[in-house]
Amino acid sequence: MEKQICGKVIHVNEEGYLTDLNEWTPEIAEELAKEYDITLSPRHWEVLKYLQSEHKNNVPLSIRKIGKSNVVDIKEFYALFPQGPLKISSKIAGIPKPASCL
Amino acid sequence: MKRLVILGAGTAGTMMANHLHKSLNRPEWEITIIDEKEEHHYQPGYLFLPFDIYEPEDIVKTIDEFIPKDVHLVRSGIDKIEADSNKVLLSNGDVLHYDVLIIATGAKIAPEEIPGMQDEAWHKSVFDFYTFEGSLALRNKLREWEGGRLVVHITEMPIKCPVAPLEFAFLADSYFKNKHMRERVEITFVTPLSGAFTKPKATEALDHLLAEKQIHIESDFAIERVDSINKKIVDYGGREIPFDLLVTVPTNKGDECIERSGLGDDLNFVPTNKATLQSLAHDNIFVLGDASNIPASKAGSVAHFEAEILTENILRFIHGEPLKEEFDGHANCFIETGGGKALLIDFNYTHEPVEGTFPFPGVGPLRLLKESRMNHMGKLAFRWIYWNMLLKGTHIPFVSATMQEAGKEF
Ligand SMILES: Cc1cc2nc3c(=O)[nH]c(=O)nc-3n(C[C@H](O)[C@H](O)[C@H](O)COP(=O)(O)OP(=O)(O)OC[C@H]3O[C@@H](n4cnc5c(N)ncnc54)[C@H](O)[C@@H]3O)c2cc1C
Repeated sequence: MEKQICGKVIHVNEEGYLTDLNEWTPEIAEELAKEYDITLSPRHWEVLKYLQSEHKNNVPLSIRKIGKSNVVDIKEFYALFPQGPLKISSKIAGIPKPASCL
Repeated sequence: MKRLVILGAGTAGTMMANHLHKSLNRPEWEITIIDEKEEHHYQPGYLFLPFDIYEPEDIVKTIDEFIPKDVHLVRSGIDKIEADSNKVLLSNGDVLHYDVLIIATGAKIAPEEIPGMQDEAWHKSVFDFYTFEGSLALRNKLREWEGGRLVVHITEMPIKCPVAPLEFAFLADSYFKNKHMRERVEITFVTPLSGAFTKPKATEALDHLLAEKQIHIESDFAIERVDSINKKIVDYGGREIPFDLLVTVPTNKGDECIERSGLGDDLNFVPTNKATLQSLAHDNIFVLGDASNIPASKAGSVAHFEAEILTENILRFIHGEPLKEEFDGHANCFIETGGGKALLIDFNYTHEPVEGTFPFPGVGPLRLLKESRMNHMGKLAFRWIYWNMLLKGTHIPFVSATMQEAGKEF
């Protein structure tokens, strides 16, 4: 699916996750964050950068792992991205929705 | 002489012992299997014990009756694997050298991960049903419980048999109906996932069943703590869910011996090649069953499919041939839905559960993703198949280790 954002066309899946991280820009992240009423602060950016680098290294992401990452603890992670922090932060970071293992 | 050592004589280890004792060349190879327990439990039975559907003796047998006589069974704790020197250190002080190692130490619950979960209320108003003790204590509790708020809860993924908590909720609905007290019980299903299951199509079918049975669902709940004094669970976002009876599936982790050996991830699961089942860190270590980190269900049926493929790969490894990248994550699970019915799902790494028939395309007799009495009979027959065929490594007729695509509606 295509989505118009910041005057650009990006490709997303049916749940709105970017299908190509190369299309991601910080401006796009800010727009996506607005959909959740989030204004990105420096702390948000640190978390997003961390998620992207883990994704690039093929590390499967989980709330538990992020809580132990020394980047952010789970409490703060929830405060930064309320409701579903992992789902929301991955969407804003332009990476796939983390697959909860079966 | 060479030695193959299997760690753990549960579902997966026992199946490997049975396969390999037939296919490994003797007397060149000696097979040793290690477990600290005397008993082998049919864990899927833990789901039925609380509802008085099974008795303890239906689900407990001894380990040694399933281990072939020419396989050396050692009864001891496993302290540590020293992978760099191909050694296993046992709690009884013995040291075993191996040429090939199979890790099948499974997964177990770790309630201590969540503050408040395992305090004074543990097995009084807060229960698990993933252990024999928990399941039995819950049975006794349910026998005299007079009703109130029942919360069925999953702490975090991955867990063994990811559908078991849902089945628990469905069976609870039937149980209370049969006891003519359903109107006195409010059932809530609480999950860290966004819906009833991890795969969208099955979630649709299951969400529908939950609604039909008036089981309320609370999704995206990441638990922070159990407040057993005020009887509520609290999540990191501050959401609170009150309970009178909490039935939780705590965090599932691999055994501590994996951690002591430095071979595990943050949940003590061993990083494993998902197609060959070889450990990522050591060529001569293979992993199957719940102990591995592969993205397949932690289920006995999966271990069964894995065992067929792993047997072949171990023979290839021994003969210096390239491993087959064959395991596709095939899982096949019955889901009890209460009232004497069940669903059947069949899926793998790439295909989510779909509708169709099983095992014969277009014929069945089992129907995928549809509630039926036949599926329920299938689930009950599974216990017989488990004790008499699965553990012994007998190939189940018509059911292949990799998933079959015919007869399914993708
Ligand atoms: C409630 C419930 C319902 C389930 N329902 C189903 C179902 O319907 N269908 C299905 O297919 N699967 C089901 N399962 C899952 C299934 O039981 C497991 O996936 C299966 O048993 C995994 O086998 P395993 O050999 O990997 O682990 P296990 O069978 O748990 O065996 C591990 C063995 O290793 C031994 N061990 C571990 N560490 C050590 C140590 N340090 N020293 C010595 N010994 C050690 C243990 O004693 C144990 O015997 C269910 C599980 C539960 C809990």
